[in-house]
Amino acid sequence: MEEEIKIRSEKLDFFYGDNQALFDINMNIPKGLVTALIGPSGCGKSTYLRTLNRMNDTIFGTVVKGIVEIDGVNIYNKSTDVVTLRKRVGMIFQKSTPFPKSIYENIAYGPRIHGSTARKDLDMVVEKSLKNAGLWDEVKDRLNKSAMGLSGGQQQRLCIARALAVDPEILLMDEPASALDPKSTARIEDLIGELKGNYTIVIVTHNMQQAARVSDKTAFFYEGELIEFGDTKKIFTKPDMQKTEEYITGKFG
Amino acid sequence: MKKFYDKLFSGITYGAAFFTIAALVGIILSIFTEGIPILKKVGIFSTLFGMEWRPVDDPPIFGMWTLIVSSIYVTIGTLVVAIPLGLGSAIYISELAGRRTKEIIKPIIELLAGIPSVIYGLVGIVFLSPFVMDTFGAPIGLNMFSASLILGIMVIPIISTMSEDALNAVPQNLRDASLSLGANKFETIYKVIIPAAKSGIIGSFILAFGRAIGETLVVLMVAGGSAQIPKSIFSPVRPMTAAIAAEMGETVVGSDHYSSLFAIAIILFFITFFSNIITELVFFRKKKI
Ligand SMILES: Nc1ncnc2c1ncn2[C@@H]1O[C@H](COP(=O)(O)OP(=O)(O)O)[C@@H](O)[C@H]1O
Ligand SMILES: [Mg+2]
Repeated sequence: MEEEIKIRSEKLDFFYGDNQALFDINMNIPKGLVTALIGPSGCGKSTYLRTLNRMNDTIFGTVVKGIVEIDGVNIYNKSTDVVTLRKRVGMIFQKSTPFPKSIYENIAYGPRIHGSTARKDLDMVVEKSLKNAGLWDEVKDRLNKSAMGLSGGQQQRLCIARALAVDPEILLMDEPASALDPKSTARIEDLIGELKGNYTIVIVTHNMQQAARVSDKTAFFYEGELIEFGDTKKIFTKPDMQKTEEYITGKFG
Repeated sequence: MKKFYDKLFSGITYGAAFFTIAALVGIILSIFTEGIPILKKVGIFSTLFGMEWRPVDDPPIFGMWTLIVSSIYVTIGTLVVAIPLGLGSAIYISELAGRRTKEIIKPIIELLAGIPSVIYGLVGIVFLSPFVMDTFGAPIGLNMFSASLILGIMVIPIISTMSEDALNAVPQNLRDASLSLGANKFETIYKVIIPAAKSGIIGSFILAFGRAIGETLVVLMVAGGSAQIPKSIFSPVRPMTAAIAAEMGETVVGSDHYSSLFAIAIILFFITFFSNIITELVFFRKKKI
């Protein structure tokens, strides 16, 4: 099966000041599939993920070298509009980040930023996003209640719904379930399965079973380098690199 | 021996706490005992809402309304000056300034807080007053406008440091989440960060209010001192604190005038008491969330 490339990074180096965090990352992330980024803590998974929506721009003193293309266009071009980019590339964080507003206003936040104001349109987007995030039935009777009153798992699904509300093409998830109980984790994993196809998903996880369960492709990072990238099945059964083998068999981590 | 020192130490600290409370109770008791006689004699309503403050006429009139209105107007003017400047600098320092700029601006604003109020008063008299007359054609340079401006600058540090703390306490997460949805910095500040820091910011306004309404020396020096309902922002006024400070020295202990000044103190006490309670409520609510 021929895979269509959604995101391509080429010779990507990344620096926090003098400190280089990524070394020459070359990777083709396929469209409509789930790609997992694994590797020991501090190896650069989050940093790589954040180069894909230019969230690292917000950190003082960072430098990017190389290319990141989405649909063949370098997002580090001078002409790139970061607002449009981030509308296309949604992000879910490790710790759920509901705004201290109502559930409705949380979801409507993005669409409002991007210019929707008609109540009818917003109502529709809110309902659709919550349904896609599998949260609608749980919250439909309390949309105007504070989002802070939701459980941890619900908050994380709210954040996913909020990201979906701006109609992105790509979803970046940075350990989205690491703070959740097993049941909520399973719901998030199911959700990732449902969203795939419509969205290109890149997920960072430190949990290798999770990577094996949810992803089609897996990238193994080590000390800022991409050691191996390939089909998840292959990475977890017969990886090419010894380092990968050591990591997935738990020899270090 | 160790036990003895422990006991001694807790005894001393207990004594200190007890003394503080006793002092507070003493102050409250004395303003009430000295102030209530005039309220009884003239009546609460005509003291509070009487339009004439002529304490040394014969017969004297003790209507405090002009003093109360003066205080309120000057305090509102102060907040009109201090809220935009204080909150603006808090936002700039917390959200926009680079680390270098921050390191320069923060201490400067804190320095502002350390200047004794008499110096603010002097600046008001010597520089601001002639400037206000020349620029706005005000007949008197010492007036409500000048007092509000000077007091406003004086309370900027209260609003800016406290609001900045509130803004800094907003988790970085929320900024990232907003930016990742395509919001720009301004939208993020305006729609996410300020609402999240709301209770601390409002607390800083209330604190500044309490500071402004209680400030005495600056208004004594700069507000102009005339007990009248101001006709314009350039009218001289006589806030409550200025009346107490200016007149107490001339009164005979136990006289009606003397008692009326304590009655003003009672009003001030209630205003600051309630603003403190509101601050507590605001912060209590914040802790619960
Ligand atoms: N904001 C930052 N400033 C400076 N260094 C950072 C910052 N964030 C991460 N790093 C460094 O970059 C490296 C990669 O970090 P990160 O991408 O967070 O790793 P991972 O997500 O794989 O745990 C680490 O050495 C970390 O210390
Ligand atoms: Mg990470």
